[in-house]
Amino acid sequence: MGLFQKFKEGLQKTHNKLVHEIKRVVTGSPKLTGATLEELEAALIAADLGMATTSQIISAVKKAYETQGSTGVDVFGIAKREIEISLSNTATALRREPGLTVVSIVGVNGTGKTTTAAKLAHSVQSQGQTAVLGACDTFRAAAVEQLKLWGDRLKVPVIAGAHGADPAAIAHDAITAALARNAQYLFIDTAGRLHTKQNLMQELQKLHRVIGKKLPGAPHEVLLVLDATTGMNALNQAREFHKAVPLSGLVVTKLDGTSKGGMVVAIQKELGLPIKFIGLGEKADDLQPFDAKQFAEALFAD
Amino acid sequence: MFDSLSQKLQNAFRNLRGLGKISEENVSESLREVRLALLDADVNFKVARDFIERVKAKAIGEEVLQSVQPGQQIVKAIHDELVDLLGSENAALNLSGNQACIMMVGLHGSGKTTSSGKLARLLQKQARTPLLVAADVYRPAAMDQLETLGKQLDIPVFVMKGETDVLKIARNAFDYAKQHHRSTLIFDTAGRLQIDEPLVQELVRLRDLIKPQEILLVLDAATGQEAVNVATHFDKALNITGSILTKLDGDARGGAALSLKSVTGKPIKFAGMGEKLEDFEPFHPERMASRILGMGDVVSLVEKAAETFDENEAKRMEEKMRKGEFTLDDFLNNLRQMKKLGSMDKLIGMLPGGSEALKGMDMDKEEKRFRRMEGIICAMTQRERLHPAIINASRRKRIAKGSGVQVSDVNVVMNQFSQMQQMMKKMGRMQKMMGKMGGMAGMGGMPGMFRK
Repeated sequence: MGLFQKFKEGLQKTHNKLVHEIKRVVTGSPKLTGATLEELEAALIAADLGMATTSQIISAVKKAYETQGSTGVDVFGIAKREIEISLSNTATALRREPGLTVVSIVGVNGTGKTTTAAKLAHSVQSQGQTAVLGACDTFRAAAVEQLKLWGDRLKVPVIAGAHGADPAAIAHDAITAALARNAQYLFIDTAGRLHTKQNLMQELQKLHRVIGKKLPGAPHEVLLVLDATTGMNALNQAREFHKAVPLSGLVVTKLDGTSKGGMVVAIQKELGLPIKFIGLGEKADDLQPFDAKQFAEALFAD
Repeated sequence: MFDSLSQKLQNAFRNLRGLGKISEENVSESLREVRLALLDADVNFKVARDFIERVKAKAIGEEVLQSVQPGQQIVKAIHDELVDLLGSENAALNLSGNQACIMMVGLHGSGKTTSSGKLARLLQKQARTPLLVAADVYRPAAMDQLETLGKQLDIPVFVMKGETDVLKIARNAFDYAKQHHRSTLIFDTAGRLQIDEPLVQELVRLRDLIKPQEILLVLDAATGQEAVNVATHFDKALNITGSILTKLDGDARGGAALSLKSVTGKPIKFAGMGEKLEDFEPFHPERMASRILGMGDVVSLVEKAAETFDENEAKRMEEKMRKGEFTLDDFLNNLRQMKKLGSMDKLIGMLPGGSEALKGMDMDKEEKRFRRMEGIICAMTQRERLHPAIINASRRKRIAKGSGVQVSDVNVVMNQFSQMQQMMKKMGRMQKMMGKMGGMAGMGGMPGMFRK
């Protein structure tokens, strides 16, 4: 970088600051005080937005606040809107393919994949469509039984194999069964795996390859299930899973607690993945479509 | 991360040398970096703030040691403070009495059932007779999961399928334990939100009935800011005796541990390190502190290596290297010593930045490769191992057959071995040279010549 370039950049900074100041004076906006900013920062960090995202939002809020007049709009209101805008996207509904739509549900251990799979089946069923569940978690003890119990409750057929069987083989069978039944949706419950385990991530890739071979274009949706209580690690999880098997959306579970799930803001910023559903409890109908406005509202609620 | 943190601190402290004492102004910038590192590791922001205040109070006024970098001095102060906070004098389980009870509590999906199984295995190894009690009456098939684990471990599991009254299960479990002479009952309770009052009250009633010696809160290491609320609520309601941090085999920095410890004051007793039932260890505050700061776990790695490597063996090996007498037998020995250290991914994960490096590698495959090499060398005769030069084509064929591989695999091992041998010879020669130069350096030669 040449000296001149550096000089120009330095000037640009001064210029921006000056423009900002002039705007502030012209609109008669009050300057943001340190205490308010600290309060906002605390709220954002407490909601697990992470330091990087928090700083971005704070500088955006500062800009907006200090140039929009003295009509007393509160800082938190601006922050809320910032977050809402960054989370707004159109593709929150499940994709619907002609014929069978295959949805693969992935994530680390204990985030609620099995429950989410069951809830999704219930949700499409209540919309008058038919669903099949594929129990491809053959690793965790009794994961298959858990899904089968859900299947009994919801009257959804569950395709399962033995404990320790090859998940890809079960997925293959599940697609055959779903096609034979003329079902509209197949939800595949995969085993929980830490995103750092290369071999398990490869297993997941294989599973998806087999699914794609059996039914070209499938899986049509790959949903990453995130636990709302997770902190900064959620970003790592999303990043690694997205690298291994391109994700099509997120499901944030356990939002019925006091956790805010703020990490999705950072995930959305970096990976641009839409949040499709949120989980609010243990019952079948406790899964709801994502609403950016409500989510942003809840981030700041006590 | 450690590199970047200490780098940042180093920069912030560049001008500190020669000042003599650490003052408030010159540390505040670096402490801001530390605060960011803590927040990045999911330490609760209030906990982080208090922590920084404490470190500041301790560090200010201290002499800057001439011998070390001031940045490192601060990092060490922070690390020590962290270890202090995370550590505990009372980390062992208290299981006195005829029938000891352990109650596992926590949020959904934190790993209570798996941890119950792992804990039962550990107790059985300590010659206790554990009984697993399936007290999760809510999650579908939770009882099946515990039963399966029990079968894998060959440890009895008390299950009353279909029963929804936890207290009734507990009473019957006691009778069963008495009849079957089981000394320790582990109650695997259902996951619940800390704010779900009716469910928390159910736990309180269970506690009052079974009077457990230990109530362990099971917490996912990736838990974010919420860890403080979870810990506070469970502790207030149940007066927990300690906690278990799970899923530490992932890459979460685990700042939740610090939050947990500072709001409850109760020790973290165990760490869950993987999906297998033996991946369960006593909690190491030292390791956790390094992890939160992103420093890797060099200390444990060095300790482990010191434990496993036989010093005499190492000396003998060095002698051989110098003389260029490294044989296939020594190669085999080397391979086996590496294996004694533990699995490759755990080893590399302990190095600073190691978990980052691991992401791109399939360590299982690497380990398999090692095992295969071992097999190939084992299929050689003693004479072949001592004199690799005699291994001709027909011998290679035989070795391949004997170890169930292709001849090309044998070739690969032989090539690797000869490369290693050459390297060793070179190193031996260099050492001799260095020895001479070292003598020269003593006479005012050129120290530091071999720095890169």
